Order: sequence, then structure tokens, then C-alpha cells
Amino acid sequence: MDGHVDGNAIAGVMSDIFAFDVTTARARCRTCGAVAALAQDMVYGGEQGYVVRCLGCEDVLMVLVPEPNGMRMQMRGIAWLEVPRPV
Amino acid sequence: MVGWKVGVVAESRSETPSGRSIILEVPGWGGNIAGQHLDARVTAPDGYQAVRAYSIATSGDGDRIQLGVDRVQGGEVSPYLVDDLQVGDALEVKGPLGGWFVWKPEHTQSVQLIGGGSGVVPLMAMIRSHRATQSAVPFRLLYSARSEEHTFFRDELAQSSPALDVTLLYTRQAPDGWPRAAGRVTKEDLVATTFPADISPSVFVCGPTPFVEAVASTLVELGHHPLMVKTERFGG
Repeated sequence: MDGHVDGNAIAGVMSDIFAFDVTTARARCRTCGAVAALAQDMVYGGEQGYVVRCLGCEDVLMVLVPEPNGMRMQMRGIAWLEVPRPV
Repeated sequence: MVGWKVGVVAESRSETPSGRSIILEVPGWGGNIAGQHLDARVTAPDGYQAVRAYSIATSGDGDRIQLGVDRVQGGEVSPYLVDDLQVGDALEVKGPLGGWFVWKPEHTQSVQLIGGGSGVVPLMAMIRSHRATQSAVPFRLLYSARSEEHTFFRDELAQSSPALDVTLLYTRQAPDGWPRAAGRVTKEDLVATTFPADISPSVFVCGPTPFVEAVASTLVELGHHPLMVKTERFGG
């Protein structure tokens, strides 16, 4: 698949949703079980909406869509999210 | 929530035929770690807004930061930043962002930096942090640029620095007498000029997506652990 960047690119938009830097959190893919920091996963799209895909199997982990009242986040492909303990 | 802040352009300098470095004074910025980026937002007269991420070439405390921006043909934000933004102009920014692709002076592992084009910008922040803290951690930079004139921070990278080794490779046109013909980074280049996998260096690769994917997969082939190879892609 072409035209993607990576999870580093959504650090800004995610900072509106989470008070911590979620790109360093590790997520487990519900489809293949791969575990990676969100920064490592593949990100497609742009301000009109982001699709985050698993680095291992390319299945959808998470979708971010701007709605009139704010950003809607759907995390259908994530089995769990592990947030690093604050230093 | 990080929120938007208004920066003012303090200095601006042409770096390459398509790239510019911009020094911004951002009240309340409060410093950043080497390798972090920000989101820049520009608003058209009709209210249309566009947001893009840009790497920061500086680190440390303070409200003064330097961005390195390359003009993307047909882009919505970069042509404005490279061609139109003047000293004294305001620019909305959100950051610092990203805690993944970062280097801190307390890290002791040897560091291999690999940049393609303007992908050298966050790596420059790491080199400057390494230099400013007089770090003895062995640093190497492999920088792939189109040609000599397309090299960001050319003069600064030419200065010798203890514990830093710089290799420049050119993809389109090499200077006369350059030891290596122009061409993309190959496996042989990585073997010849970068830290080997057996010393387990921290590797940072930044550049256009195809560059990053090619380099990162070759590094893993050469035995680097995927978790030791941190990447940042900016499309292309």
C-alpha cells in the first residue's frame, strides 16, 4: 500500500484526545497479535480523517474522523493499549 | 492538551533550492527534546485551514526553535512556508509533539542516524544536542541528499565534531571527484558506513516513506533488531 506515513504524524491530533503522548503507547493488533508503538504503525489519510493500520498485517487498528463537535476515535482493531508509566 | 501557540518568524534562511530553515520565537513553547516535531497551521483568507507536521532542528529549553522545511510541489502548506513566510510573520504551531523518535543526552547506546532529504532535520537536533552536551556517545550520520546544493545544514555538517562521523551520499549528482557515484543508498553503503548490528546501536531513520522503508528493511536484513530501528516517515 502506498502513500502512508507513520504514527508520529498523528501525535498532534491525538494530543487533543489524550493528555499524554499516545504515540509512545504500545498497541496489540486484534487480528494478528503484533505489538508495536503507535508511532511505528502505518498512517493513511490526513486532516479529513486518519486510518491507522497494523505494521504486521495492515489491518485497521484505529480510525480518527473529524466530526462537527470534535474528533471521533474508533479503535476496533486494538486488543489493548499499554501506556508508558510517566517518568 | 497541547494547544495552539502563535510563533513569530525571527530569522529565515535558504538551505537548498527547495528548502528553508525558519527560526521561530514561540512564547510559552518551553523547550523540546531532540527529534520532536510540531504541527503548523495556516489559514487562508477565506478561513480554510491546513495543518502539517514539521520537524524541529533544535532542542533544549527556551522558546526559540528552528524548523527545516522542504517545498512539496502542489503542497498546501510547505510552498507558503518556503516562499512566502517573512521575518516578523506569525505562524500557529502546536507542540512539541512525539515522544518516540527522540534522543536524550542520558542515552548511552551508540547512535546511527540515517536521513534522506529534509529527513535530516530531526537528526540535526540530535547532533546539536550531542554536541551541546559534549557527549562522548559515538554518533554517526549517513545523509542521502539529491546533490551538494540540496544538502540541508551543509556548513554545520562540514565542521568536525568529536564523537561524530558524517557520511554524505548523493542520489542525483555527486560533486566532482566524489568517491562514490550518485545513486540511492544501497545495502553496501549501509555496511560500509554505518554501525554494525553487533554493537546494537540505536538507529534513527527519517525521510520520505519509500526511503525509510527501504533503509529500515535492509537494516533488519543486516541483523539490526526492529525495535532498535526507530523510523519517521513524511510521505513522498
